[in-house]
Amino acid sequence: MLKPNMNPKRNPMPTQKPEVRAHNFNEVATGYSEENALDEAFRCLNCKNMPCVSGCPVNIHIPQFIEKIREGDFEAAYQIISETSSLPAVCGRVCPQETQCEAKCVRGLKGESVGIGRLERFVADWHNAHSDEKPTMAPSNGHRVAIVGSGPSGLTCAGDLAKKGYKVTIFEALHTAGGVLVYGIPEFRLPKAIVQKEVDNLIAMGVDVETNIVIGKTLTIDELFEQGYEAVFVGSGAGLPNFMNIPGESLKGVYSANEFLTRNNLMKAYRSDPVTPIMKGGRVAVVGGGNVAMDAARTALRLGAEKVYIVYRRSLDELPARREEVEHAMAEGVDFRLLNNPVEILGYNNPDDARDPKNGFVTGMKCIRMELGEPDEKGRRRPIPVEGSEFILDVDTVVIAIGTSPNPLIKSTTKGLDVNKKGGIIVEENTGKTSREGVYAGGDAVTGSATVISAMGAGKAAAKAIDEYLSGESVS
Amino acid sequence: MYRITAKKALNPTVTMMEIEAPLVAKKAEPGQFIILRVDDEGERIPLTIAGYDREKGTVRIIFQIVGATTEKLNHKNEGDYIRDFVGPLGVATKVEGLKKVCIVGGGVGCAIALPIAQKLHQQGCDVTSVIGFRNKDLLILEDEFKAASNRLFVMTDDGSYGRHGNVCVPLEKMFSGGETFDEVIAIGPLVMMKFVVNAVKPTGIPCTVSMNPIMIDGTGMCGGCRLTTTRNGEKLTRFACVDGPDFNGYEVDFDEAMSRGGMYREFERHAHEEACNLFNTEN
Repeated sequence: MLKPNMNPKRNPMPTQKPEVRAHNFNEVATGYSEENALDEAFRCLNCKNMPCVSGCPVNIHIPQFIEKIREGDFEAAYQIISETSSLPAVCGRVCPQETQCEAKCVRGLKGESVGIGRLERFVADWHNAHSDEKPTMAPSNGHRVAIVGSGPSGLTCAGDLAKKGYKVTIFEALHTAGGVLVYGIPEFRLPKAIVQKEVDNLIAMGVDVETNIVIGKTLTIDELFEQGYEAVFVGSGAGLPNFMNIPGESLKGVYSANEFLTRNNLMKAYRSDPVTPIMKGGRVAVVGGGNVAMDAARTALRLGAEKVYIVYRRSLDELPARREEVEHAMAEGVDFRLLNNPVEILGYNNPDDARDPKNGFVTGMKCIRMELGEPDEKGRRRPIPVEGSEFILDVDTVVIAIGTSPNPLIKSTTKGLDVNKKGGIIVEENTGKTSREGVYAGGDAVTGSATVISAMGAGKAAAKAIDEYLSGESVS
Repeated sequence: MYRITAKKALNPTVTMMEIEAPLVAKKAEPGQFIILRVDDEGERIPLTIAGYDREKGTVRIIFQIVGATTEKLNHKNEGDYIRDFVGPLGVATKVEGLKKVCIVGGGVGCAIALPIAQKLHQQGCDVTSVIGFRNKDLLILEDEFKAASNRLFVMTDDGSYGRHGNVCVPLEKMFSGGETFDEVIAIGPLVMMKFVVNAVKPTGIPCTVSMNPIMIDGTGMCGGCRLTTTRNGEKLTRFACVDGPDFNGYEVDFDEAMSRGGMYREFERHAHEEACNLFNTEN
C-alpha cells in the first residue's frame, strides 16, 4: 500500500449551498468526485483487526472495499459491498455512520474518522452510473417465501433469499414499493430514483412485487401458507403515529410526521399542481428530535415556510437525529428550540361566527421551558419543566414527530403471533424468529421506530434463519 | 390495474361502479372500505364498500361527484381500468345477534347503509330503514331498500318525494310511540349522524355511526383520519382506518370531525373546478 494520507480532516461532502437547497427538493449532498474518493480512501489505515466492520449492522467488508477504491477499481469495490449489503446507495446516504462504523474508526482517535459512508455512497453511485450489468437470477431451489412490506427490512430479506434461489414475493400495502424509503425519507436526502433502482434490481433477480395488498386484511398470514409459501417475513414497519395527548392536537394544521411526509413524498404534494394537498408556507413547529423530525422540518422549509422550529424537550447532546441532518437543518435556517416542551396547541375560534372559515385552524403552540435533571434508566438526563415558564410560539402548522406504535393489522389477524405490551412482534434476537412456526419478523414492526440500517440488519438475519429453516440446516 | 365491469348513474351526481378485484371481493364485508387511485398521478381516496359479488370477483362502489378525483373517476367507463384498488380495509359492521335494527341513511351514505340492511335482513333481523335526501332528484336505491327492509321511510328535506322532513322526524315519532330497537345504525353526512345520535340518546338504544374522514394510506400509518372519542370522561384519539370506520355514536366528537373535514375545502373546490375545466375543454 502507498503511504496513507495522514490529513486529520476528512474530505468534506460537496453539498448544495444551504441558501439554495432550502428552496428545492434536489439532493442536498451531491457526492464525492473520484478525486475526493481516492484522497479519502488513502486515509484508511487498513487496520488488521478492522474495528469498523464490527460497528456495521450488516458487517460490510469495509477495509477491502476501500482498498479497491485506492486501486481505482470502483466496480470491484461495489461488488465487495454487495456481498453483505443489498442497498448500498441507500445506506451510504441514510445510515448514522457516526455512531456505527465510523465511531470505531482508528483515525477518529486523533482527528476525523474515514468518511466510510461517503465512500460507500460514491461506490454505489459509480456503479449505478457506469454499470448496466443486470443482476442475475439464481437457479431456483424450489422454495417459496413471502415478504410482508417493501421497506428496508423486506427488501434486504428478499434480496438475500433471491440470491440463494428462493422464489420470493413481496406484498406491499401502498401503491408503490419502498416503504419508508419512499413515503418517509424525503427526496433531498434519498432520491426516489435510487430506491426504484434497488426495487428494479430485485425484480431482475426474480422477486415478485405485489402492491395494493394489505396483509392482515386482503390476505392473512395463514392464507399465505395455504398458498404454498413456506416461510413469511413480516417487515410491515412503523404503525400508528404517537401523539402527545395535549389539548389541540386535532386542530386543522396539526399533522403527524408520517402524514406530513407521506403527503409530500409519496403523494408529491410539493408540486406546483399537487393532487394531494398540504399546508405550505407559514410558520411551522416540528415537535421531536429524531431523523423524522429533521426530515419534516427541512421539508416544511422547502415547501416555502417563512419560519420553521424544531421543538425538543432535551438539549442538543440528546438529539437522537443523525448529526449531519442536524447540521444541515441548522445551516438551512431551521430554528432549534431545545429544552422546550409543548403543553397545548391553540386554535382560532370566532365567538361571533361559528361558520368563520378560520375557525379550528392552529394559531400557536404553548410550550414550557425544561431543564435537565438526573439521568433516567436509559442514561439520558430526564427533562423537568420549569414552573411558570410557559410561552407561546407563533405558528400555524404543527408536525408531531415523536415516534410510532406498531401497526395492529397483522397481530390482530394472526393466531399464535406473540407481541409485547407495546404491540411489537416478539422475536428471537439473532434470527427474527417469532412465536409462530415459519414466521419471521424485523424492522420497526419489532422494535418500533428505528433506523434503516438496523431494519436491514434484521432483514438479513431473518433471511439467513429462513434459509437454515427451509434447507433443513437448523437444529431447532 | 383494476377493470370497471359496470357503471351506472344513480342520479346526476351519484355513480355506481363495479370493479374487478377478486381478492377484495372475497373478503369484503358491509361497513368496510377500499382506497383507490384513478391513475398514476392520482390521490388516494377512501370509499366505503357498497356491495360485492364473491363469485364474479367484483366490488361495488357508489360515489358522489364532489371533487377532482371523483370527477376523474366518473369519466371512466365500463371496460376502462383504474390504477389502484386496495382493501377491504377497516372493521366490518357488527351485525351478529341483532334482532331488530333501525338503519338510517342520508344521501350517498345510503349506498353504504344498504349492504348492512341486506345482511341484517338475510339473517332474519327485523329491519326498519329510514333514508333521507335533499330532494326527489337525489333519491337512490329506493327499491333495493324496500327489498331489504320490513319497513321503509323515505324522507326528503323539501317534501318533493316520500315524506317531508329529515330522517329524525320518523325516528322521534317511533321513539315517542315507545318503539325500541337493539341498535340504530346511522350513515350519512356528519351533521345528520350528529342529529340522529341526539335523537336516539334519550332512549339509550346503542347507536353506531360510520365515519369517513380524510385518509391517505388507510392502513394505520399516517394518522390523518384521527378523531376523538370520549368514554367514561376519558378522551381517546382513535383512527378511523383501523379502529373504524364504525364508532359508538355517543362517544364521537362530531364538531371536531366536521371541522377537520373542512381542512382542505378551498383546495378541493379549486381542484374540482380545474378538473371540470379540463374535461370541458376535452369535450
